[in-house]
Amino acid sequence: MSTTTELLKGAAELFPDEVVTSAHVRHLDLPAGAGRFALVTLDNGFDHTKPTTFGPASLANLNAAIDQVEKEAAAGEIVGVGITGKPFIFAVGADLKGVELLKEHKDALAIGKGGHEVFKRLSALAVPTFAYYNGAAMGGGVEVGLHCTYRTVSKALPAFSLPEVFLGLVPGWGGCTLLPNLIGAEKAVSVVIENSLNQNKQLKGAQVFELGIADALFEGADFLEQSLIWTASVLKGDVVVDRPVIDRGEAWDQAVAKGRFIADSKVHGAAPAAYRALDIIAAAKNGDLQQGYDAEDQALADLIMGGELRAGIYAFNLVQKRGKRPAGAPDKSLARPVTKVGVVGAGLMASQLALLFLRRLEVPVVVTDIDQERVDKGVGYVHAEIDKLLAKRRVNQDKANRLKALVSGVLDKAEGFADADFIIEAVFEEIGVKQQVFAEVEAVAPAHAILATNTSSLSVTEMASKLKNPERVVGFHFFNPVAILPLLEIVRGEQTDDASLATAFAVAKKLKKTAVLVKDAPAFVVNRILTRFMGEIQNVIDEGTPVEVAEKAVEPLGLPMSPLVLLELVGPAIGLHVSETLNRAFPDRFTVSANLAAVVKAGKRGFYVYDSGKPELDPEVAALLKQGDTVLTEEQVRARVLDAVAQEIGLMLEEGVVAEAQDIDLCLITGAGWPFHLGGITPYLDREGVSARVNGKPFLEPGAASVPA
Amino acid sequence: MPRTVRDVVFVDGVRTPFGKAGPKGIYHETRADDLVVKAIRELLRRNPGLDPKKIDEVAIAATTQIGDQGLTLGRTAGILAGLPQSVPGYSIDRMCAGALTAVTTTAGSIAFGAYDAVIAGGVEHMGRHPMGEGVDPNPRFVSEKLVDESALFMGMTAENLHDRYPHITKLRADQYAVRSQEKAAKAYANGKIQQDLVPISVRRTNPEAGETGWGLVTADEPMRPGTTLENLSGLKTPFRVHGRVTAGNAAGLNDGATASIIASEDFARENGLPVKMRLVSYAFAGVEPEVMGYGPIPATEKALAQAGLSIADIGLFEINEAFAIQVLAFLDHYGIADDDERVNQYGGAIAYGHPLASSGVRLMTQLARQFEEQPNVRYGLTTMCVGFGMGATVIWENPHFEGDK
Repeated sequence: MSTTTELLKGAAELFPDEVVTSAHVRHLDLPAGAGRFALVTLDNGFDHTKPTTFGPASLANLNAAIDQVEKEAAAGEIVGVGITGKPFIFAVGADLKGVELLKEHKDALAIGKGGHEVFKRLSALAVPTFAYYNGAAMGGGVEVGLHCTYRTVSKALPAFSLPEVFLGLVPGWGGCTLLPNLIGAEKAVSVVIENSLNQNKQLKGAQVFELGIADALFEGADFLEQSLIWTASVLKGDVVVDRPVIDRGEAWDQAVAKGRFIADSKVHGAAPAAYRALDIIAAAKNGDLQQGYDAEDQALADLIMGGELRAGIYAFNLVQKRGKRPAGAPDKSLARPVTKVGVVGAGLMASQLALLFLRRLEVPVVVTDIDQERVDKGVGYVHAEIDKLLAKRRVNQDKANRLKALVSGVLDKAEGFADADFIIEAVFEEIGVKQQVFAEVEAVAPAHAILATNTSSLSVTEMASKLKNPERVVGFHFFNPVAILPLLEIVRGEQTDDASLATAFAVAKKLKKTAVLVKDAPAFVVNRILTRFMGEIQNVIDEGTPVEVAEKAVEPLGLPMSPLVLLELVGPAIGLHVSETLNRAFPDRFTVSANLAAVVKAGKRGFYVYDSGKPELDPEVAALLKQGDTVLTEEQVRARVLDAVAQEIGLMLEEGVVAEAQDIDLCLITGAGWPFHLGGITPYLDREGVSARVNGKPFLEPGAASVPA
Repeated sequence: MPRTVRDVVFVDGVRTPFGKAGPKGIYHETRADDLVVKAIRELLRRNPGLDPKKIDEVAIAATTQIGDQGLTLGRTAGILAGLPQSVPGYSIDRMCAGALTAVTTTAGSIAFGAYDAVIAGGVEHMGRHPMGEGVDPNPRFVSEKLVDESALFMGMTAENLHDRYPHITKLRADQYAVRSQEKAAKAYANGKIQQDLVPISVRRTNPEAGETGWGLVTADEPMRPGTTLENLSGLKTPFRVHGRVTAGNAAGLNDGATASIIASEDFARENGLPVKMRLVSYAFAGVEPEVMGYGPIPATEKALAQAGLSIADIGLFEINEAFAIQVLAFLDHYGIADDDERVNQYGGAIAYGHPLASSGVRLMTQLARQFEEQPNVRYGLTTMCVGFGMGATVIWENPHFEGDK
């Protein structure tokens, strides 16, 4: 085993700051006289808020523990070996910080091989091995258990996954190879590909058992005791573990094909991880484990040295860390309590906002509008949504009663807002209307109340300009669908004070939104970039490039949907409106498409019809289009669109719209669903050389979202 | 409304292995509530005939009812054990006789007709909650000489009991202790004890205490098989210079939990539950707090009188061995030999340990096993001394009794 030791020692030198996991070996007598047993506990010495991970020094510790139990097993001193975790945590896989530091393919290869070399030994011991999944298990944590002979899982286990593909890796310490050989390709594809690409969906303990990953399921209260009693029964032969025979025929190929279909629909071929994982799963059909491990090593090393993974880790850290501690937010102690919320407007957006505030803040929410019918409709919408939650058992009857009692609607703002602390408007997107609304609100609301606007493109400063207390106005820009997209752009007007801003961030946190501080600039972040992006697509179409060429040009980015499908979702009229706003602000870069105006004027909801089941250009729209005669290739279109985006982001950073490029990426990931493998967009622009071409420099420091130099 | 008193039975009892209190003890990093929760769960697993919805009460005793032994342990332990929310619970305290009182109090309610079936047990984690933690005795105890100052220190009360019975020497106490260890070792060798133990997973992070990581406790930690008179003779007498009470002839400071199912006999029969013992009578009595070890004698007198029995009718005794002197005082009172075979056949707390409020149910569980083995015995009793000058006795009838042979 000296080669493994050396391999891990070398890797550990590259990662001096590893939080090292110990592998404690403790001996015990199994119940029912089943014999002496060695139990390995993985524990990094911290509580559950710092989950146990595997870096090279941690793997070396496990390796040393296996040295010990291997000798004991060979000498007949023990009848079996178990492995479990500290309270609430089994192990959550490789330490990503160590992966970020890797600069060379050979070092990346060593990480993969190191894990395999250690884990494999568990299946080669002279005695059976047992994994007891007591708590959260992810990635390498799941995989160390897959190398054991048997597994039990706790009903209380909250999260179990192979999230590698989600980040841009493959489950490369045996996951791609062992899992399909254990539970069949179909279920393995669902865990490795489908869950991973479905926002990193986690399995619960009972599902781990139902999938056949674990052989036994026990309740959390005495999970380890029952697991050890079960172990004794297995070792004595009183319990025989019977696993279903897996289908190695056509079903295997079909499962892999289904996996490719899922990958295509999610990343459109733009990120390699899912496809590499599927290749290994496909090859695992022959049951040759070592061949699979070798393929995992190669895939891991290739992906670790690739930009998609680095962008993925960067994006993951943005969402997990920067998203929770917004850059530039004032001290939270300045925030004022919000004990009652007012919503101006009772349309669909306003009603969604009322529902969100109600559910998250659980304070009285008052809705107003210009007539009783609209008010009733708005409150009715909220009640109906609460009933849906009740039917889905997301809330119980008591909670439903409470929420319904908290929402009310009145016509008279003075009656509704006299004691409100936070009033948000979601009325017609016209500056005069909004100023009028705020003036009315200010006349009746308490002096400390925050006046928030959900405007997507109007100036917050201008909206506040006619008020007695303009310092309490903030932009509070949500993204549709409000319940799903996490982003909330918080806009600071020129006169907005720190206390109002701090209150806005405190409310955002309670709303469980990812808040990003944005300067009061036209269309803020997401809409400005999307409009520039769409505008350039529209421009090339208007100039003569066929619609399908323009659409296909940006497919390699792997965006959640094509530009024209997105336009349809937003609504052509709104798209047009935003482009007009931006055109007024920046006439040299933002155009207003005559073709789009024509489509809107014709009352079309989009460019496509779906009669054949897939999108095809609507002949009525085609008839409206007046195109020039400049036909670009896909490459030319892509270059032009990406150049425009890079230029716009460069200008936004110069203007100080946000603090850093990281905030742009965070906005695009959480507000537009742009994928992790792009890292939002700036890592991709840097990687593809677009940033250098347009702005003369990359957006990010080398290594921030790329392989370090 | 006419009422009929109902027969009450001991259905089943289990316990955790007992541990030594302190930083090197097996349960040092284990919560007290988890111990009793695991005991309750094992009881339910062993008795699938008992529908958890039909449990009417969970009565759990602890002496120091704070921290993980606080928060109305009977209720919280029930929820943690996975019992339906409809099952209520409460906490009980009579110091050492906590679990015993949990049994008698719920048994009284069963006889009255308020309950059909209950969980009764106790827990004491003396490592996490040393005796006397957080107490605040009223100064009048001393200023008005209501009790002697030694009354709060159990070891001193045991020395006081030696004073009262000078003929019970340290040698007799040590000889008794050696026999307790021998009987316990024999009971282990014959598998009498393990069948009612609940394995407990334990974590250790302090390498000074032994191997670290998760382990499993399947046996009592305090036992010292092979203890000899020579071993004991040299031990210190920590409660009095030239005293008689040592760590060797007393129970230690321990961690552990017990739980039992108590039910009306009709309920047990209807639900196919075992009937291991039938309750005959129970009594508590007070004595001078400074000789609390005397308590079992008046308590037993009362219990025998209620039952219309004499001491000669009792075929098996389970006496809690808080101190050897206290057992010997009891035996002397009734003219029973120190090594009488009817007494503590499996050994006692000197060997197994005495996690205060949990011990009562250990006595019952052991008596129940002895009843099974000895159908010639009709009556047995469980008795214990209690801090602040009390005694507690329960008399049981053997349902396996086959008549005099």
